Amino acid sequence: MPDKIVGNDFGPPKAGPKDGLQGGSPHKIVGNDFGPPKAGPEGGLHGRSPHIEIDGKSYPVKAGDNLLQAILSLGLDLPYFCWHPAMGSVGACRQCGVIQFKDTDDTQGRLVMACMTPVADGMRISLQGETAKGFRAGILELLMTNHPHDCPVCEEGGECHLQDMTVMTGHTFRQYRGLKRTHRNQDLGPFINHEMNRCIACYRCVRYYQDYCGGDDLQVFASHNHVYFGRHEDGALENEFSGNLVEVCPTGVFTDKTFSHHYSRKWDLQTAPSICVHCGIGCNTSPGERYGSLRRIVNRYHGEVNGYFLCDRGRFGYGFVNGPARLHQARSAEDGPLDARTAANRFTATLKDAKGMIGIGSPRASLEANFALRELVGAERFYAGIGAVEHGCLRTLLGIVRDFPVRLVSMREAERADAVLVLGEDVTQTAPRLALALRQAVRNRALAIAGDVGIPRWQDAAVREAAQTEKSPLFVASPAPTRLDEVAARACRAGPDAIARLGFAIAHRIYPEAPAVAGLTPEHAALAAEIAEALAGAERPLIASGTGCLSEDVLRAAGQIAAALAAKQQGQPTGVHFAVPECNSLGLAMMEAQALAHACQAIESGIADTLVVLENDLYRRADKAAIDALLEQAKQVIVIDHTLHETAERADLALPAASFAETEGTLVSSEGRAQRFFSAMQPAGDSRDAWRWLGPWTRIDDLTRALTELLPVFGEITGCAPGAAFRIAGQKIPRQPHRYSGRTAMLADIRIHEPKQPEDADSALAFSMEGAANDRPPALNPFVWAPGWNSNQSVGKFQDEAGGHLRGGDPGIRLIGDGGGGRAQWFELPEAEAASSDALRLVPLYHIFGSDETSMHSPAVAERAPHPYLAVNPEDAVRYGLAEGEEVELTTDVWLPVKLLPGLAACVAGVPAGLPDLPFLETASRPRTPNKPGENTP
Amino acid sequence: MDKPLTRNIKPDGSAATLAEYRAKGGYEGLKKVLAELAPLEVQQQVKDSGLRGRGGAGFPTGAKWSFVPMGEDAPKTKYLVVNGDEMEPGAFKDRLLLEGDPHQLIEGVLIAAYAIQANIAYIFLRGEYRVAAERLRRAIAEATEKNLLGANILGSGFSLDLRLHTSAGRYICGEETALLNSLEGKRANPRAKPPFPQVSGLFGKPTIVNNVETLCNLPHILRNGVDWYKRLSRTGEPGTKIYGVSGRVKRPGAWELPMGTTGREIIEEHAGGMRDGYRLKGYMPGGASTDFLLPEHLDIPMDYGSIGKAGSRLGTGTMILLDDKTCPVQMVLNLEQFFAQESCGWCTPCRDGLPWTVSLLEGLIAGRGRPEDIETLQRLCGLLGPGNTFCALAPGAMEPLQSALKYFRADFERYLQPKKVSGGAYA
Amino acid sequence: MILTPDKIQAILQEAAHFPRPSAAAIEALNIAQRGHGWISDELLKEVAELLGMSPADLDSVATFYNLIYRRPVGKRVIHYCNSVSCWMLGAEDNRRYLSQKLGIGLGETTGDGEYTLLPIVCLGACDKAPVLMVGDETHFNVDPAKLDDVLGETGAP
Ligand SMILES: Cc1cc2nc3c(=O)[nH]c(=O)nc-3n(C[C@H](O)[C@H](O)[C@H](O)COP(=O)(O)O)c2cc1C
Ligand code: SF4
Ligand code: FES
Repeated sequence: MPDKIVGNDFGPPKAGPKDGLQGGSPHKIVGNDFGPPKAGPEGGLHGRSPHIEIDGKSYPVKAGDNLLQAILSLGLDLPYFCWHPAMGSVGACRQCGVIQFKDTDDTQGRLVMACMTPVADGMRISLQGETAKGFRAGILELLMTNHPHDCPVCEEGGECHLQDMTVMTGHTFRQYRGLKRTHRNQDLGPFINHEMNRCIACYRCVRYYQDYCGGDDLQVFASHNHVYFGRHEDGALENEFSGNLVEVCPTGVFTDKTFSHHYSRKWDLQTAPSICVHCGIGCNTSPGERYGSLRRIVNRYHGEVNGYFLCDRGRFGYGFVNGPARLHQARSAEDGPLDARTAANRFTATLKDAKGMIGIGSPRASLEANFALRELVGAERFYAGIGAVEHGCLRTLLGIVRDFPVRLVSMREAERADAVLVLGEDVTQTAPRLALALRQAVRNRALAIAGDVGIPRWQDAAVREAAQTEKSPLFVASPAPTRLDEVAARACRAGPDAIARLGFAIAHRIYPEAPAVAGLTPEHAALAAEIAEALAGAERPLIASGTGCLSEDVLRAAGQIAAALAAKQQGQPTGVHFAVPECNSLGLAMMEAQALAHACQAIESGIADTLVVLENDLYRRADKAAIDALLEQAKQVIVIDHTLHETAERADLALPAASFAETEGTLVSSEGRAQRFFSAMQPAGDSRDAWRWLGPWTRIDDLTRALTELLPVFGEITGCAPGAAFRIAGQKIPRQPHRYSGRTAMLADIRIHEPKQPEDADSALAFSMEGAANDRPPALNPFVWAPGWNSNQSVGKFQDEAGGHLRGGDPGIRLIGDGGGGRAQWFELPEAEAASSDALRLVPLYHIFGSDETSMHSPAVAERAPHPYLAVNPEDAVRYGLAEGEEVELTTDVWLPVKLLPGLAACVAGVPAGLPDLPFLETASRPRTPNKPGENTP
Repeated sequence: MDKPLTRNIKPDGSAATLAEYRAKGGYEGLKKVLAELAPLEVQQQVKDSGLRGRGGAGFPTGAKWSFVPMGEDAPKTKYLVVNGDEMEPGAFKDRLLLEGDPHQLIEGVLIAAYAIQANIAYIFLRGEYRVAAERLRRAIAEATEKNLLGANILGSGFSLDLRLHTSAGRYICGEETALLNSLEGKRANPRAKPPFPQVSGLFGKPTIVNNVETLCNLPHILRNGVDWYKRLSRTGEPGTKIYGVSGRVKRPGAWELPMGTTGREIIEEHAGGMRDGYRLKGYMPGGASTDFLLPEHLDIPMDYGSIGKAGSRLGTGTMILLDDKTCPVQMVLNLEQFFAQESCGWCTPCRDGLPWTVSLLEGLIAGRGRPEDIETLQRLCGLLGPGNTFCALAPGAMEPLQSALKYFRADFERYLQPKKVSGGAYA
Repeated sequence: MILTPDKIQAILQEAAHFPRPSAAAIEALNIAQRGHGWISDELLKEVAELLGMSPADLDSVATFYNLIYRRPVGKRVIHYCNSVSCWMLGAEDNRRYLSQKLGIGLGETTGDGEYTLLPIVCLGACDKAPVLMVGDETHFNVDPAKLDDVLGETGAP
């Protein structure tokens, strides 16, 4: 029975008991008022949703959708290429043809493109009519006339939308005998392969790259069947979101180059639901393993957080898991490598001998691992392993989130904002996925304009045409130019203090009870008025800020504006999003650990002589001298980490920890969303879950529960995902897809006995291909697959509607920031900094490729990172007599070449944040005058 | 016989000057419009006149205008665009009007712009029409100087900025929404309709696109009235039409004749009949994207309705003749090569279906054909048919093919017997 | 800088007429190409910069249109119409004659850099077929004798 409409049994999971760890799936769908627009007047008679008749059966559909969306949302199959749920319809590929009948008497009907046809109550259509089926098979046949049929050597093979659609349309016999056109491929940099001959010209890549991401170096060239999708000339794709091309392209034109180096078929990858560890946003990912190495990261759909897209740091930054700096084996400073048992014994002995110990936690380790350390050393001797300034910022941030009328918005909510202020943060570099969301937010005005002339929001090209360059207001205030400037109504460059003062002035303009700011420049006064008006006039204003300026005042200013808006809106909380540096920065902050400096004092004062450092390179956190002293003064230093960094190298004992891909735990994202990640693979070498080194717990669920009992702020995290006891019809959930091949032979070159698959006592997932195929709760779904849908487009079968929320609820539990407890209050104004004419103020400049510690161990990411520099704007350069490329001494023995950065705020000097070859610099704290060669350091 | 559109066109091919144009009542229609008629009244007159677009589709002009938002709430910026792309093989009628009487077009533009209250107009001219470009530029300068263009035209309060855009080639630019993209400096991919250009057109603003010949009718309709205009025709469809003939006739050319003149009259009287030694085997009544008709259809009046009933389209009204010494299969190949190359590359059926069509025809002619190839060609005609593609280019491309398969199937089948072809009938 | 000041002026003037400068892309390419013959990568970048576009965005437009040349061409481009009426009435004969006379195939340029031979679609003069353009000038009812005339001495290889 070819072409049957494949229904599926991917129903929502049954609700279970309250404590997630007991089983069941108590996911909360986080409520918000940013929901999809209410159905308009066309919403059907008597308020019921419109119904359409498909092949004689009546179905409810959502008013305002197009037919393709509606059909897919119903769980029916209809092939398509150019349409994408996040990008709407353009009607180019002509693959989604269905028959539409005029009325009940019409038996003939006419072919329409489902993606370009709005649903209407009472509409009659046919998917299965012979003409429609014949047409769709014909279109596919045409698409294949130039396709090389190279599936066996194509890296898309096995997860290829084109393959799926070919099977779905039933095109099996090729009539075409002509020549195929061939193209030359380009070198697109370290991330992406290019194989143009496979192109079916669906135009998705350019629409994604240009329209969705704002990239301008990927285009379509030439015309007719010579159309070519690539760059103007060879070179790395510049956009920060280029990696999604791999998933957006429905065939194998754009594939993951980092994956190519150790390629494996999708069906041979063992995967797990995971969370990205390269910034604070908390995108959901699906890492894939084969033969003990992590092979790639793909997007794992989340209806509120990342949707369909990851940033390139998140996708390509996984190399540290396999990289040469990986710590596979314990080592001691005295004896070199140790076996695991000796190392464990040594660790126990050291702790026993300790005359007091302290622990330093980590914003890139899970709540559980941090908690395990905290339990080991005692709450009062547990310190947050972050720099003093950042520590202060995070405390301020947390205070605002708790006490102010603010709502931390998800990415989906951010996309719906109709006026945005980005205060002091270069979100493209620090929280890339948020920047992508803000790019969509500026389109809301376009959607409104188009709506006024009756153009539905999904008719993508028409919406863009109708609105031209009209955008919802977005304002950026930051020290250096940002990528979002190009879509901003206005961008303002200033140092952190001036940015903060601008922010306070905006708050005052919005709500006069907020203190006024004296002494603003006329430009800033005018700007404050303009921004205030835009924000106050918006229905869904959003303030995006973060710790990027390392300025508490900037954060306070953001809070002040939010409070002012809320006061104006009768207390209704304001949408905000604060970018934080690392994947668990907020979680660690919520643990209320003391600052790192106190750790140094504790050791110095002698109350402790033993230091346990968890997943942290302290040299990235504070001045080298301070850390040197700390490590020297501590009698014993134990470092637990997956990577051998300077701190680990200097430790008396370094214990190998599992990386995110090999362990599980909970992270709290900058949205305040606690999310559970799971291991995709066994820990490499001797490494083990960090928490296993640290404590007596045998199963993570016990640890998580202990954590929630002791720290009530985390009380709800057991609901993030079902626990290890969870079963579906008595079965665990397989990490391996059911075609996972050659498992019995994988180790045959070493020994012929098939080893027993490892047991996983810590989760409901199994290192196996056997287990429950259906009804997987979203938080436990390692990969998406549905009958007939091998590609990532199968995610549609797991959503409540095309591009909507995951059925069963988007995973994660929001712990803070729902705006409930906050009330408007006003901060004191910061003093205006006395303009120091002869000093530049150092500010950190972030780089998506470069500023994050772990991703820089991925060669592809490292290749895209900048070399160290000291940025000054050209006018300041003249003032100081600095020339491009000239080396200056920033601080003792730190020489940096000058980079002229037009547009950088005056009187600041920017240094790239977090580059591995740069020492820690206390940026944004004190003014400095750069030394020229020959001068002395002040 | 009244020939309003071509009366100023001189045998030597030079352009009518402003003075010459005015001498024969030029710009009188405009004056009347500006002085006496409200925009909606102009629209009504054009509706009443029954004028249908001469760009190929034959859509009633007045009705098309009526979708433009009018009145207080209407967007301030609206555009009128002249479609002077004329790149369809076989079509050469707009060139005549553009080169011979540029002021007539300008007056037409003014009337249309006034009717929809557009203050900016563009003439979209194909790049190869260098002479026309030169003459239009001069005419626009003349008209501007005499305050027939520009601000507050003839003291009426109506202003129009008319600009000439010379294109850089591509047949698809003639499709009205592709033309708008091209005018915006983009690739000339067509746009989806709805939204129609009348609502969201050039730069997202209400826009009317009209053919050169369509606009050239306006001064006469407005000056002489609807009844006069209707009387020009021989059939129910009003006005005159510029018909043309190319192919193996004695006197190929273009003539303004009453709408509904028969093909026979055009070919035999005006074009002088077939050249000696050639017989008419078939004809495409309105350019390369219209279905072939047979000599037996010659007595059908050449108007939209009648030609439509006969299974083809009036199109541009410029006929391409197939004679008995030209192989219809090779002729269709030539046409399909044109369409395949001019496909914009946006939608699948056109982009990939036309090259396949070409490759099948080439194979057939080269003796590599298989019987099922003819079925495949037939199937492609359906697959690339109206409604299946993004715009009308591909369906247009299929018209000659599908009609050739109908009328000249034997010629296709002959290629399946290789021996008889070499040195055969069409050497 | 390849663009001369007057060309830059002309391009900016065109750009000023539109709601956004990139709308003048085709005009700008036409202006840039005039006199220069073709749009080299450098020229493309200069024009793109003037219009505030990326080179890729402008090249996407440039490569779409027939009359924008992205490869070097001779001083005069011979565009011979190969569409249906001209094809029927001897366009191919003319093409063969031209190829032979100039010693170049389609898309090629004579050694002296004088002529490039390219096909073009219907030139809108089907009643005077076959038709071809040499540079800016259109020639009607062309046959080999007329070609000799048109190309004159320069045509001889
Ligand atoms: C592929 C294609 C090419 C076209 N070329 C032209 C053209 O060169 N000139 C023209 O006036 N109309 C052309 N048309 C028709 C236009 O789309 C449009 O219908 C016409 O300009 C409207 O003007 P009218 O209403 O005055 O006829 C073309 C249509 C298609 C589909
Ligand atoms: S039919 Fe499709 S590919 Fe062809 S010209 Fe129209 S839109 Fe372009
Ligand atoms: S998905 Fe509908 S036309 Fe491409």
